[in-house]
Amino acid sequence: MAEQPIKLGAERKTTFLEKVKELLPEGGNLNLCLTCGACSSGCPATGLENMDPRKFLRMAALGMDEEIRKSEWVWMCSMCQRCIYVCPMQINIPQLVYNARALWPREERPKGILGSCDMALRNDSCSAMGTSPEDFEFVVQDVLDEYREAQPEFADMEAPIDKQGAEFFLNQNSREPVTEPDEMVPLWKILHLAGADWTYGSKGWGGENYCMFLADDDAWKHLTTTTVKQADDLGCPIYLNTE
Amino acid sequence: MKNIYEYYAKWIREGKLKVNSDWNKDLKVKFTVQDPCQIVRKSYGDPIAEDLRYVVKAVVGEENFIDMTPNRSNNFCCGGGGGFLQSGYKEQRLEYGRLKDEQIQVTGADYCIAGCHNCHAQIHELSEHYGGGYGVVHLWTLICLSLGILGPNEREYLHDDLKEVNVFHPESAM
Repeated sequence: MAEQPIKLGAERKTTFLEKVKELLPEGGNLNLCLTCGACSSGCPATGLENMDPRKFLRMAALGMDEEIRKSEWVWMCSMCQRCIYVCPMQINIPQLVYNARALWPREERPKGILGSCDMALRNDSCSAMGTSPEDFEFVVQDVLDEYREAQPEFADMEAPIDKQGAEFFLNQNSREPVTEPDEMVPLWKILHLAGADWTYGSKGWGGENYCMFLADDDAWKHLTTTTVKQADDLGCPIYLNTE
Repeated sequence: MKNIYEYYAKWIREGKLKVNSDWNKDLKVKFTVQDPCQIVRKSYGDPIAEDLRYVVKAVVGEENFIDMTPNRSNNFCCGGGGGFLQSGYKEQRLEYGRLKDEQIQVTGADYCIAGCHNCHAQIHELSEHYGGGYGVVHLWTLICLSLGILGPNEREYLHDDLKEVNVFHPESAM
């Protein structure tokens, strides 16, 4: 290797790795790496930006905080946790990545993720597409009416919003109501035939949470709290994720 | 907090959803399934992956299901998660997904079932980018197809081979 050797600073200061360790149960096992490379060998992000999970962890362990801070690879790791699954020491590299994302000034984080998070913060829907509760209610009712008429076997089918005391509180990915509303119907039919007592919420119906991907803790907590509170306020015992 | 795969399986076992795979007996359309990281590895583990397979096999026929390798909790992420789809790093995202595309193509399946929207969008793009040509479908589409209640306008993600199969109220086509 003709590259310059890495020089470690002689001055001892609190590193990024140490800060992340304090946040995680068992410190995320971040000091337990055996350098075996099982994480990297099975990671689809290995090689992107000349980075891989083991290398990222080693850099953090060596206190290379500036390099960590600058690495765009943190946006290419999907935090899928396969590295934890195969790791003999269960090291939480995805949390290291998540917290490295949070080192970026908010406005410098990827525009698409930032935009989707900000959309979700616009109103109570918490939809990454910014759809209002009123628009959601309109689309659901419109599609429901259409199908009740066109398919009389489903004339009694329901798609309730804010039904008090329903057994299941369902969330809904924004893609269907906004861009392909007919695709909502198969799920409604299944619920209808199964006799499920379910409801959407006018608040917090959006099933996606881009603020979490943005590593904006306050924002993702707001979205999650809004939807869970709506389920609680309606008295729904089961929050049912539809994906 | 529950996931709907568990309930699909429960409702089929209880006889509330009377699915069957007769529609695919002669067609023999082949399916594989993507285990969404968020639902399987990160939340409910292998038991929900088993529920997912139980549902898939019940609706497409056991002989028409081909698993990817590796699978379940050990499955590879497709590259659609973690905000990757919106991050702007398209070239890297497609390179990330190369492994997933190879996994799917090796199964020889006509369709990959993706019960997660991020997976759905990413795998759809992988099929086009790498030329695999396999379709990507939501699980609810196939459940309704097997129940004989899938209308003509609910087939956005079915290819021509399944556009005309078991159509519910064909007269309502738009």
